[in-house]
Amino acid sequence: MPLTVETYPSVAEAGRALAAAPTSRFFGGGTILMRAVNDADPSFDTLIRSTDPALTAIRSQADGVSLGAGVTMAMILAHRDAAFLAPVARVVGGPQVRAAATVAGNLFAARPYGDFAAALMALGATAEMSDGRRQPVDDLVRGSAKGLVATITVPRPRDGLRFHKVSRVKPKGVSVMSIAAVVPGAGGRVAGARIVFNGMGPQPQRALAAERALEGEPLGPQSIMRAAAAAADGFTPQDDALATAWYRSAVAGVHLRRLLEGPR
Amino acid sequence: MARTPIEFTHNGEEKAVFVDAGQNLLDVLRRGVGDLTPKYGCGQGTCGACTVMVDGAPRLSCLTLAQEVAGRSVDTVAGLASRPHQALQDSFMTHFAAQCGYCTPGMLMAAETLLRANPRPTREEVVEAISGNLCRCTGYEAIIKAILSAAQSGGLLRTG
Repeated sequence: MPLTVETYPSVAEAGRALAAAPTSRFFGGGTILMRAVNDADPSFDTLIRSTDPALTAIRSQADGVSLGAGVTMAMILAHRDAAFLAPVARVVGGPQVRAAATVAGNLFAARPYGDFAAALMALGATAEMSDGRRQPVDDLVRGSAKGLVATITVPRPRDGLRFHKVSRVKPKGVSVMSIAAVVPGAGGRVAGARIVFNGMGPQPQRALAAERALEGEPLGPQSIMRAAAAAADGFTPQDDALATAWYRSAVAGVHLRRLLEGPR
Repeated sequence: MARTPIEFTHNGEEKAVFVDAGQNLLDVLRRGVGDLTPKYGCGQGTCGACTVMVDGAPRLSCLTLAQEVAGRSVDTVAGLASRPHQALQDSFMTHFAAQCGYCTPGMLMAAETLLRANPRPTREEVVEAISGNLCRCTGYEAIIKAILSAAQSGGLLRTG
């Protein structure tokens, strides 16, 4: 069946069209979907696009930033109000990929991609869907929520975003793993830490055991050592061309320890 | 199959072509416009041989939906000689920065994008700028030197 491309002026209309046609895919930056188009992937027959300018808008808010779903990594790097996300956007692909890859697309990017999604999860970002629903980006990453993302609201972390990408090729190389962590404190003790690993399973995932090891403790050598020891708990990493599952499990704690010991 | 008419600026000239649904920009440039300078390498966005500029930004033409460039400006190596950073081509020759030559058009486009935004890049910035382009002859050092040399010479005029 030949491919059809449908273009809608608003993201709401695109969302309705997407919901009505199970064999359609939303076309964002194209870095992932265009590969399937080039390969004549038979699992879809319709590409849905939207020219809605809201999709590429970056809006500053009192306590964070609102990103249109089609905001690219390059747009984030060029915008002052999104500067706290720049260290993450900078390590996604090379310049050509960053000019096309979108923030919402990264939520659905298969392993080993998803470094930006991991950061959004650690920051507690929420997605507003084209039908007005709001949901944590975690649910979209897990696949437990469906629909077309319109905007992503990202709180600006008062205690900073810690982020580290482990890759074998510099400066551009896919992740062996990446870690995003927000470690808020209250009265000198950790309260509500969010640590997310990408590359340690099918999609980015919270390191709940490591978070528990830090909760209520001062962020210091003892708690960091306990968090590092628990870093791989609850993960089922896989073997691939980049690293074995064993290797990933073995080094996850080392990288988490370095990230937590370093400057935020 | 439904074909869609699109108009865009190609190396400063207005072009009007029909594109198939799902056709990528690389295919349209090579088969529709007849510009063979962007190369088909991996077709997966990994090698950078198909790099072109769309409104001044580096894009992988193999992963760009042709319909997306309607009304926009697409620059390729075919037009580089008539643009301000033409010295890049001479610098690539002077520094023997092309071995088999397959990656060269993509490297030149990545370099032109860099020099447009940053006329005096550091070595690290050059390395970053070509990080999305693979050279399987592994001639990276010559390519880096060529770009730095073009930048130092102003990158504006032919040297030969």
